[in-house]
Amino acid sequence: MSHYKMHLLVCAGTGCHASESDLVYEMLHDEVERKGLNDDVQVIRTGCFGFCEKGPIVKVLPDNTFYTQVKPDDAREIIDEHVIKGREVERLLYLDPETNEHVIDSKHMGFYKKQLRVALRNCGTIDPENIDESIARDAYMALGKVITEMTPQEAIDLIKRSGLRGRGGAGFPTGLKWEITSKNQSDRKFVVCNADEGDPGAFMDRSILEGDPHSVLEAMAICGYCIGASEGLIYIRAEYPLAIRRLKIAISQARSYGLLGDNILGSDFSFDIKLRYGAGAFVCGEETALINSMEGHRGEPTNKPPFPAEKGYLGKPTCVNNVETFANVPVIVLKGAEWFSSIGTEKSKGTKVFALAGKINNVGLIEVPMGITLREIIYEIGGGVKGGKKFKAVQTGGPSGGCLTEKHLDTPIDYESLMAAGSMMGSGGMIVLDEDDCMVSVAKFYLDFIVEESCGRCAPCRIGSKRLYETLDRITVGKGEQEDIEILKNLGSVIRDTALCGLGQTAPNPVISTLDNFMEEYVEHVHEKKCRSGQCRDLLYYVISEENCTGCMACTRVCPTHAISGERRQPHVINQEVCIKCGACMEKCQFDAISLMKDYPREVQLTTK
Amino acid sequence: MAVIKTLDDLKKRQEEMKSRVNLRDKAENPESLVQVKVAMATCGIASGAKEVMEFFVTELDKRSIDAVVTQTGCMGYCFAEPTVEITLPGKEPIVFGYVDAEKADEIIERYIKEGELVDGIIPQNYNTI
Repeated sequence: MSHYKMHLLVCAGTGCHASESDLVYEMLHDEVERKGLNDDVQVIRTGCFGFCEKGPIVKVLPDNTFYTQVKPDDAREIIDEHVIKGREVERLLYLDPETNEHVIDSKHMGFYKKQLRVALRNCGTIDPENIDESIARDAYMALGKVITEMTPQEAIDLIKRSGLRGRGGAGFPTGLKWEITSKNQSDRKFVVCNADEGDPGAFMDRSILEGDPHSVLEAMAICGYCIGASEGLIYIRAEYPLAIRRLKIAISQARSYGLLGDNILGSDFSFDIKLRYGAGAFVCGEETALINSMEGHRGEPTNKPPFPAEKGYLGKPTCVNNVETFANVPVIVLKGAEWFSSIGTEKSKGTKVFALAGKINNVGLIEVPMGITLREIIYEIGGGVKGGKKFKAVQTGGPSGGCLTEKHLDTPIDYESLMAAGSMMGSGGMIVLDEDDCMVSVAKFYLDFIVEESCGRCAPCRIGSKRLYETLDRITVGKGEQEDIEILKNLGSVIRDTALCGLGQTAPNPVISTLDNFMEEYVEHVHEKKCRSGQCRDLLYYVISEENCTGCMACTRVCPTHAISGERRQPHVINQEVCIKCGACMEKCQFDAISLMKDYPREVQLTTK
Repeated sequence: MAVIKTLDDLKKRQEEMKSRVNLRDKAENPESLVQVKVAMATCGIASGAKEVMEFFVTELDKRSIDAVVTQTGCMGYCFAEPTVEITLPGKEPIVFGYVDAEKADEIIERYIKEGELVDGIIPQNYNTI
């Protein structure tokens, strides 16, 4: 029996891992050993704490001290000062940006105050590579309860009553999905965990798998019991090596304990889980494409119906759920459907994990009750927009979603309200944009992604999204016409109505929602050839100030297109028609006479022609 | 590792493993638990604070009292080391001086369990900011 007086938790999620948290762990471990503290102090690698902005994170227990941006060299000081002498290392504490004071523990950080961690309950608390720590925190208890005390239908009813909906984005009621699959008779059925997280900037599924893999394995087994399946498959992208490693460890530990395999907990229920790797295609997050990919075919969607619940993997009934959906299941079983449905809004129950990214102070992973407002997320948890800039929009739902603007800041977030605002829940990516972001470029960025990821099976998506992209590109380089805006509108609605799968149907969303909310920016790009945020390079103009120019001719000599004219000792002028905006002149000028302007006075432009 | 064959096996395993992580659960809500702070500066350690802390950690666990035992720096009462500050939920912290294993036992049995004050209290005569 261990009687460690202190626990040092080191974040070993991918984010902190990338900033040398592994080395921090090694150094702390070595230092503990060197000082002979092995019996008193336990150093543990855990999953993601969520506060990725300030990683690597080290948390000291029992006093709950929260150290941020710890470097391997700091290990000795933490051990010497904090562990041995009981004094906090102040310089490593989180500095509250508002009060400018050090915050000792995580409970007092704005980032954590409003969060409610259900799916992430164990992330950052347990060692994901040790099944015993998971068991100590209730892992497999829900499975035990379901197998010994409930019939499959009772368990399905429980999930239905809880109001849990698919966290992959579409929000289909989970209990209903299980019920449909359970009613389809077959000799073999499958439970599939969709871990093909493809939205740019989203990493909640990865963090759950890395921080608490057993919660997903347990929930898959529960699902198997409910629908009558004995085989589970996790479809995970090969780009998540750490998550794959931890899953493999977790599966083998669960097998050696008999918590996966034949006759689980003495019952006649058997269930085992295998991994299937994806190559990281966005479309494979769509369930029919995912199943095709698992079968070894091309990752292309097929028409629904038949739904996977009827004819899925190998033609057998298959229940596909997202990682985060599964992570909620054991808690619902243990705490009850009523507890779960008391959280959230009328139609969206429970919590949702969001990956907060972009121009925000506290980049990271958060879990909040449904119904929280965007304002609370951005200003209280997220700590506001970076650099005190003005908030412009937040992009939710990744390439399938849309933008929410200032007028949506006080809308309670749930599946329906996001849909009504022209965006969607999606898997939970949340990218904050400020005044320096050009909305046309944002739409173009997502369309570029869609064009890359379109599988090519249906024409509206394959050809249509390419045309959308080209039109946006024309606008951003200053060659847009009024009719281009019309093209975007019409093409967008045609693609939405005719594409085969979810990816195609939602592909125009970034365009449609930016058109709805930021039409004035499109109009400016098209008619004034101006980008107010200065992001579209082709709509910026190099201008020579008459006042500062000494007429030294240095710029005329470096200009590769001979766009600069002017006599010696006379102010020079750049011909905007010829200028290719390479910036060579600005670099060369010693008198700061050349500057980049967002809007060039049009009449001057005409005279230089 | 032994195979877990029944739900009771699993529950037993959980009980065994709980002590590994319950420190982490406790740390989330320290104000609802008994908090024991042992002064572990040079003066404290020299007078045996380490043994006292050890005693608190093992004994509180044995007597199944939910408590958080932490170490802290010098409280200033170097004359009375080892010193221990005890905070019962909802009460003001109280500092005990000259604590050895015997005293610690008395503190656990009488103050922590029963709420009776015992000898050796050092009156707090300063304010902190």
